[in-house]
Amino acid sequence: MQPFDLVGSLPLIVIWLALGAVGIVIQAFVRNTKLVFGYYAGTLAVTGTLAALTSYHKTTAFQHMITVGGYANYFDVLFCAAGLMTMLAARPYLQRSESEYDEFYTLLVSAVSGMILMAHSNNLVVTFVGVELMSISFYVMAGFFKMQERSVEAALKYFLLGAFASGFLVYGMALLYGATGSLDYVDIGLAAHGGTLRFPLLLAAGAVLMTIGLSFKVAAFPFHQWAPDVYEGSPTAVTAFMSTAGKAAAFSAFIPIIMAVMPVGAGAAAAAYAPQLQMVLAIIAAITMLVGNISAIAQTNVKRMLAYSSIAHAGYLMMGLVSGSADGAAGILFYVTSYVFMQIGAFVIVGLVEKADGTNVMLDDYRGLGKRQPLLAGLMAVFMFSLAGIPPFAGFFGKYLLFLSAIEAGFTWLTIVAVVSSVISVYFYLGMVVKMYFQEAEHATEPAPTGMAGITLAVATIAVVVLGVLPSLLLNIYRTW
Amino acid sequence: MLQSIPLDWYLILSAVLFVIGVIGVITRRNAIIIFMSLELMLNAVNLTMVAFSAFLGDVAGQIFVFFVMAVAAAEAAVGLAIVLALFRKKQTVYVDEVNLMKW
Repeated sequence: MQPFDLVGSLPLIVIWLALGAVGIVIQAFVRNTKLVFGYYAGTLAVTGTLAALTSYHKTTAFQHMITVGGYANYFDVLFCAAGLMTMLAARPYLQRSESEYDEFYTLLVSAVSGMILMAHSNNLVVTFVGVELMSISFYVMAGFFKMQERSVEAALKYFLLGAFASGFLVYGMALLYGATGSLDYVDIGLAAHGGTLRFPLLLAAGAVLMTIGLSFKVAAFPFHQWAPDVYEGSPTAVTAFMSTAGKAAAFSAFIPIIMAVMPVGAGAAAAAYAPQLQMVLAIIAAITMLVGNISAIAQTNVKRMLAYSSIAHAGYLMMGLVSGSADGAAGILFYVTSYVFMQIGAFVIVGLVEKADGTNVMLDDYRGLGKRQPLLAGLMAVFMFSLAGIPPFAGFFGKYLLFLSAIEAGFTWLTIVAVVSSVISVYFYLGMVVKMYFQEAEHATEPAPTGMAGITLAVATIAVVVLGVLPSLLLNIYRTW
Repeated sequence: MLQSIPLDWYLILSAVLFVIGVIGVITRRNAIIIFMSLELMLNAVNLTMVAFSAFLGDVAGQIFVFFVMAVAAAEAAVGLAIVLALFRKKQTVYVDEVNLMKW
């Protein structure tokens, strides 16, 4: 093991020591929620900072089990930022519901550590452990309000379907291993591209099964039905986290698998079925965005509407996978970054408007919010505009990059579908804004005081606006890898 | 002299086990039975892994199996806890009675 292994792996080492060695000991002896909250917030901040500082050197570590630097560290910073923003917003939210237990923060940091593992993974075992570490933490977090029937129901549905998808994922991994004789991404990629396969059919079957498993994790058609129920039933702070960072993590695992393992896009001429796989991904992407956006129109519950909109966004993001190019990956990175900020922002506002018993989450409850809470409604409008892809907000530029990459890959029809479904989505995003500003409330309920959630909202708003006006800030970073 | 069993047989057996697990998850209503079917799926994968590992003469597949077993244990702990929480709340473990939200 070279010395650099340790330096490059610092973010991973720090978060696990802080979580598994120190954090557990602190929580075993001290029952002080404030201390635990501060400790884990600090852990995420330190991990994110270390990831940013060590991103300069791109290599592999621990016998090529993980990659360090560049792409992976970028995702580390994103996950830590999303985790911190969620923690800040979750504290007042949980306190209002009188269910603030220390374990929430432990589970959140444990989920972040799983995501970091997924982003760094260069080996199927590491990907599998990362996916499960994240998913199992999410199952518990979904059922965190164990006295609320909805929350438990969401946890059960998420668990059963999540474990089902994990079965497909791991079976796909087993077949890939058998076909290529290795668990290492680089070796699998070489075998898949170079054509030194023992069982070509197993490679195709394994690729399809892994696509099924990962499609579930990003909530893509036809494996999206769990998302609305789980996102609606889970505590809003948890939904904010798992619909954003969870999706980003699934894509961070998806990109290297598509680029290196599954032969899609340029350089994959050796595999005869590469065009078919690309076409399957394109069809999944197209149906996902249409189903998400059309179902969102019919919703009356804000959380459910945002859940369907998050399905549609998974469809947009998959366009970047279809192209299988560096441009497509850059589009995914940019869009997933802006998506994390705008979706967390929207869900935090939903959490503030929501009452302690989990009601007041209907679209009609937002009538007249513009008069009662001008600031909150204004921010919600910003996030809605950004989600709809209206300039100058970040969502617009992310969509532009993804659409462009799909056209360059020769999938013009996919871009047309995407534009049509974006137009459909404007209907319900703007419908929300119309409800807030142009309709009168029948019964007025005051939103909760923002508290620390204000910090989250401020960061999210600044990020959405700055990324929309100056997208080159991030795009220049992508070019350095 | 006993002849060694060909790789195909292991693969077919594990594929059959996996499909039985999938059918169990899709058709059963009892959360505990669904849970057992999930475990069957994971164990079918383990069989595939071990068969490939022996066939390729590569130990990595067997190591993977250890990770799958550890994860299955963690999933069992969390899954049973969720089923227990559900039973306390609703006095049922049948998933079709868990329909507060549209499925």
